[in-house]
This record gives sequence, C-alpha cells and structure tokens, in this order.
Amino acid sequence: MVMTTHDEKMRTVRFRVDDTAHISVDGEKCKSCAVRACVTVCPAGLFVPLDDGSVLFNYEQCFECGACYFVCTQEGAIRWTYPRGGFGVTFRES
Amino acid sequence: MAVNGGSEHFDVIVVGAGPAGSAAALIAARAGLSVALIERGEYPGAKNVSGAVFYGSAILNKLIPGWWEQAPVERHVCRRDLVLMSPTTSVSLDFRSSAAGYSEPPYNGFTILRPKFDRWFAAQAEAAGAFLLTSAVVDDVIKEDGQVVGVQVRRDMGELRGDVVIACDGANSWLARKAGLQRELHTHELSLGVKEVIGLDEATIRERFQLTGDEGVALEYVGAVTDSVHGGAFLYTNRDSLSLGILGQLSSLVEHKKRPYDLLEAFKAHPAVAPLVRGGTLREYSAHLIPEAGWNMVPTLYGDGILVAGDAAGFCLATGIYIEGINYAIQSGLAAGTAAVEACRRQDFTRYSLMKYMELLYQRNVLTDLRAYRHAPAFVNGERLQNVYPELAARISESLFRVAGDRKQKLLPLYWQTLQQVGTKPRHVLKDLYHVARAYLW
Repeated sequence: MVMTTHDEKMRTVRFRVDDTAHISVDGEKCKSCAVRACVTVCPAGLFVPLDDGSVLFNYEQCFECGACYFVCTQEGAIRWTYPRGGFGVTFRES
Repeated sequence: MAVNGGSEHFDVIVVGAGPAGSAAALIAARAGLSVALIERGEYPGAKNVSGAVFYGSAILNKLIPGWWEQAPVERHVCRRDLVLMSPTTSVSLDFRSSAAGYSEPPYNGFTILRPKFDRWFAAQAEAAGAFLLTSAVVDDVIKEDGQVVGVQVRRDMGELRGDVVIACDGANSWLARKAGLQRELHTHELSLGVKEVIGLDEATIRERFQLTGDEGVALEYVGAVTDSVHGGAFLYTNRDSLSLGILGQLSSLVEHKKRPYDLLEAFKAHPAVAPLVRGGTLREYSAHLIPEAGWNMVPTLYGDGILVAGDAAGFCLATGIYIEGINYAIQSGLAAGTAAVEACRRQDFTRYSLMKYMELLYQRNVLTDLRAYRHAPAFVNGERLQNVYPELAARISESLFRVAGDRKQKLLPLYWQTLQQVGTKPRHVLKDLYHVARAYLW
C-alpha cells in the first residue's frame, strides 16, 4: 500500500527502547506557549497537546532528529540528549 | 582493545561514523595513526538518513578504486528531472545522458541506502586499521587549558583521550556546540526531511522510469508539492525500491502549521507522482534534519585539538540545481584526516597547526563551492521561487499547450497576463533576476 496513515508509517521503524527517557518535556512551561511548534514539526508525532494547556511527550518512538529542540521557544521546556549508545531508532533501509 | 578505565590514548578520535567520519578515519589510519571511530548507533548508518544520491563517485574512486563493485550501491544516476509543481500541473526539465561520466565508470552518482552504505564505508576505515566503537555516545569534549584532549563517552565507557578530535556528529552537532565552535542554529537554517522507502519490483521500476539495467533516475520537485511550506521533494530509484520524501524548512513548517508526514502523503497523491509510486509497499519511514543555509551557517572549523566536518560543519549545498552533501562530507572528512596526520607529524595540535584544514577544504572545493553559491540558499527558500514561479510556469504551460480554437496569444502578453494572475509585479521579477544572477551566474 502506498498511501499510509501515520501509525502505519511508524510501524515500519525499528526502535530499541531504553528504560529512561533521553528527552524530557516540562509540560508546565508549555502552558504559556501559544506556538506549540513541537506538535507540528515532530515527524514521529510524539507531542500531544493536553486540555490543561500542557504538552505530553513520549520518547519511545523518537527519530532523534532534533527538530523539537530547535523549534522550541520556551526556555528550558525541552531537555534534549541522544539516547544511550545502541538504543533508540535503528534505520535499516533509509 | 580495552577502553574502560579511561586510560586509552589515540592519535585521532573521530566522532560519528557517517561519510565524513569514516573518510577521516580511513585516511588517518592509512597514514599509520591510531584512530578511534566512535558511533552512537548499533552499527554505522543506523541513525543516518539521506535521499539519497551520492554524487561523489569520482572522489571515492581515488580512495578506493572501483569502489562501486564492492559497495552496496543501488543504481547509477544517468537521468535527472527538475520538476516545478502547481497543485494540478507539473513542468519539468528532463536530463538524460549516456555520455561518458554518467553511464560509464566511475559514474557520476549512485542512489544508496545509508544504513548499508555507511556500514560498508566504516568497514573500509576498520580494514585500514581504525578502531570502530559502536553503541557509544559522546557527550562532550575534554578540555585541558583550553586544548581539546579527548572526549567524554557516556556511562561506563568513560574518557577517551586523543591528540586530535574530529567532530563528524551530524546536522545536530552537540560536539561543535559544546566545544564552542558552533552557535545555536536558527530554524530557517534547517530543513526537516521525512522519507519513505517504498518497495517495488525491479521490472516495474525499469519500465516505469524508462531505465535499462542498473540505470537510475533522480527526480526533484519544487512548488505546490510542499503546499505553502518552503521546501521541496525528491524521488529516487533504488534497485527494488523507491526513496521518496519531502523537505520543509523548519521555520516555514511552524509558520504554516503543516505536519511533515501530511505533506509527504500529499506529495504521493499528486497527479504527477501517484502513477510513479502506484502498487508499491512501504518498507521504512524515516526523518532527519538537513543543514541548508550553506556558507552562512558554517561554524568555526578548527580549534585547539579539534576539527569539525560533514553536516556538523554545515557542508551541504542546497541550491536547487545542486542538492549535495555526502560528497562534501567525504571531502571534508579527507581534509580533516589529512590535517590531523600533518599535525601528528609536527606533534603540534594547536589551532595554528590544525588551521591547515582550511587550506585543504579549499583545495577539495568544499569551501570554494559553498562560498560561490552563498547567496543561493536564501533565494531557493524565498517566497517567490517556492510558491509563485512554479505556479507561473504551470499556468503559462497550461495556456501555451491548450488548443480550444481561440486566438493564439504571443508569449509576452501571455507572460504578462499570467504574471498578474499569480499576483506578482514585473519589478519583483526583475529583482529576482538580479538575485538569480548573483546567486548562480557569476
């Protein structure tokens, strides 16, 4: 199938999930953010805006691209590192 | 080789086993130096994504003669299309050549899959004597009296000491920033690429793209293909799959609130693209950042005990005509490796000694090309090239080729009228012609 949903896309990617998060988001700091650029740009769709104005983030299917880090306008809202060696995304064909 | 305990010392430490890192490690190892090549992925290429066409075949041929016979390449590129898109129409420049240099060794370019190619290339560095350490993240450089003397490897690995550190850790280079050589990057300087590898059988690929044997095609798109977002799209033929994707300038994705994967789906559904991908099966989805501002985002390239190469140094030429990075990565890796070798010979690892890297970068045409095309990225990512001119080309072509029994307009009035339809003034066009000339002509 050529046309695919985002879920179908993500199912083709291999991740070795670490038990600790390499990126953490301070949802409180997101409450004063009107842009929510992370929600738009994340190619894995890992940022979910919540009703209370904060943003929920799940590190498990992260491509480690850094887009969220560069677009974030809230000082200190995203703490960003690479996952532990050998963990995280493992591309096979790209 | 034991690396625990933090007592290991190397002549050269290369961080990142992509094309830049492996090239640097290869040339330093061949010169007889002790080289550590550190990769955070499970294997080299595990974290890497490109389109990808590798246009540096002739460069690599000097290093590894006949490299394509042993490397995992897909198809040699002898056909290139530049396509301007409106929502319904496409206008393309179709280049195809069987001339020497395109369809004969050493060829001009190959489509490749990075996890396979990078793994092979790193193995060449290993074979030359470099020590490849995978699954290892480098968090910082170690400095003593302002001189970089090694790297901090996360957790139990500890410190790794070396005379020269070469940072080849990609578009999002923490090392270049931690070493104080690169500033924080701006969102207009980076593009996000999202990509799919779509499986399609060999016979269908040959027939659909009019290819013989191992011939391949590189199609590149600009215009409505990314909606109003500044960016573009690509479609490359592999042996039994297609690599296709879209690029969107980060700042522009945010401004227009467009999700990259939605743009990717719209690209595949465009009437000019849908017939090309029909019947395929998604094999892998991926994403990566691309440093696209060229000359304007190049960091300080050398410091005491450290050099920066590849995407980490912003060595990517995104000018519309040229969309190249892997060739510059390899050239800069070779330049950095050579500079490290010479510094070791002198036993002088200060910035004054490593400054030789700059000279080598010009000799290998990395900085030469980036400087020559320094005005191109701003023009390519400008509003009119992205959204107005593709629409203009599409509408003029639509009028030109339509036969409905009406009086045929001559070209100048047709152009004039269409220009008004797309809401652009002649003075804007004149201004852009000047920018095109400045960016591309002299």
